[in-house]
Amino acid sequence: MIIGVLALQGDVREHLAALAECDVIARPVRRPAELDDVDAIVIPGGESTTMSKLLVDFELFEPLHKRIAEGLPAFGSCAGMIMLADEVLDGRPDQRSLGGIDMTVRRNAFGRQVDSFEKEIELSGVDGPVHAVFIRAPWVERVGEGVTVIGEVDGRIVAVRQRNVLATAFHPELTGDLRVHRLFVDMARAQQTEG
Amino acid sequence: MSTEPVTSAPVTGTARVKRGMAEMLKGGVIMDVVNADQAKIAEDAGAVAVMALERVPADIRAEGGVSRMSDPDMVEGIINAVSIPVMAKARIGHFVEAQVLQAIGVDYVDESEVLTPADEANHIDKWAFTVPFVCGATNLGEALRRIAEGAAMIRSKGEAGTGNVVEATRHMRQIRADIRRLTILDDTELFAAAKELRAPFELVKEISETGKLPVVLFTAGGIATPADAAMMMQLGAEGVFVGSGIFKSGDPAKRAAAIVKATTFHDDPDVIAKVSRGLGEAMVGINVATLPDEQRLATRGW
Repeated sequence: MIIGVLALQGDVREHLAALAECDVIARPVRRPAELDDVDAIVIPGGESTTMSKLLVDFELFEPLHKRIAEGLPAFGSCAGMIMLADEVLDGRPDQRSLGGIDMTVRRNAFGRQVDSFEKEIELSGVDGPVHAVFIRAPWVERVGEGVTVIGEVDGRIVAVRQRNVLATAFHPELTGDLRVHRLFVDMARAQQTEG
Repeated sequence: MSTEPVTSAPVTGTARVKRGMAEMLKGGVIMDVVNADQAKIAEDAGAVAVMALERVPADIRAEGGVSRMSDPDMVEGIINAVSIPVMAKARIGHFVEAQVLQAIGVDYVDESEVLTPADEANHIDKWAFTVPFVCGATNLGEALRRIAEGAAMIRSKGEAGTGNVVEATRHMRQIRADIRRLTILDDTELFAAAKELRAPFELVKEISETGKLPVVLFTAGGIATPADAAMMMQLGAEGVFVGSGIFKSGDPAKRAAAIVKATTFHDDPDVIAKVSRGLGEAMVGINVATLPDEQRLATRGW
């Protein structure tokens, strides 16, 4: 199985390293042809405004949007969560998200960098506490039917799943804990078996 | 150093959230801006962050005098104008300027040689802050002294405000060569290396094992073209600061967008060629070799 990491900007290397330890082939994706080869995609942490612009400029937006809509398994952390939201609040007016999860996400909802924090949280589908790192993190303000909330912080939704798409407001790629990446790899494998 | 104790209450200002913030900027371009309009142009062009300052380095160079932290009103105006992170500069050693910048909510403080130093012996104790710091370095020893003081991100100094990339090239090559050299030394030799680098032994040892800095390494100082940015990336920078190079050029919006694209596709000459066309005039450069020593900014910092 080949899992791509969208490599236009952000903490691409950390996601590639985490995936490589989950017994899959992990590859950076910057061009439409590279997208064709992957069985699943990870959207990393970074700046969603920058990623959105580069996706459009390098003609990746439409093909990626289409593949996710057709069922390509996808996982996004932080900026990646924003990119996978059907609706984004506090974004730029021309900011485009790929969609994939019927939810409304507010950018930088937890505040600025001085408010960035670490905390242990519960995540359904993962045994034991997860040490979560939140950096200028978003939260989810609304989820539609068919979206499963899998993690919260102080009543705010920070991890969700809908069908083959997984999103976290925190950065599992920064801690060396592979459990969230393994959860995603399992989702992608199940899809491949069905497909 | 990044392993914080595990607790269930939220903890802010840890080494991991400070260094992690810089990880999110990787592959991106951070642009100097002096007002909200420029900040919006930078954000539109795809900047991952802006650096708010009163005068870009080229003007500081031209006008002289003491250069200080920007007016909080001006920094706040920029914070309110854009949704991307906002950085601002404090003078070397001026911990109160840094306290002020933290209080108004900037996302990163640049303890910068571009401003006039406030302390000729000591840099700011950056561990004492919740806001993370980026600092300049010309070589590995300097980078490690800054990291020991709590810097969560390092950038090459280059020679700011010259539009001349030669010093940034020198610093990037020096830092990378210093790192490579450590990876081939044996344990005994590392003690002498630490002494020679004037850096803490623990950090020297860590780098000899990992072959990389424990924080993100960007480049800065004299980057004026898409090709400059791409060369720095190929030399090992993880992202780019552009100071005077954008808003001192003929068509800032176009040049800014071109530098962003060239940074992402730094290893693809076809993309760099495409984005380099028709950018209008680049900033007028200064030949660094003709700069008198007292006008060199990179020598500030100890």
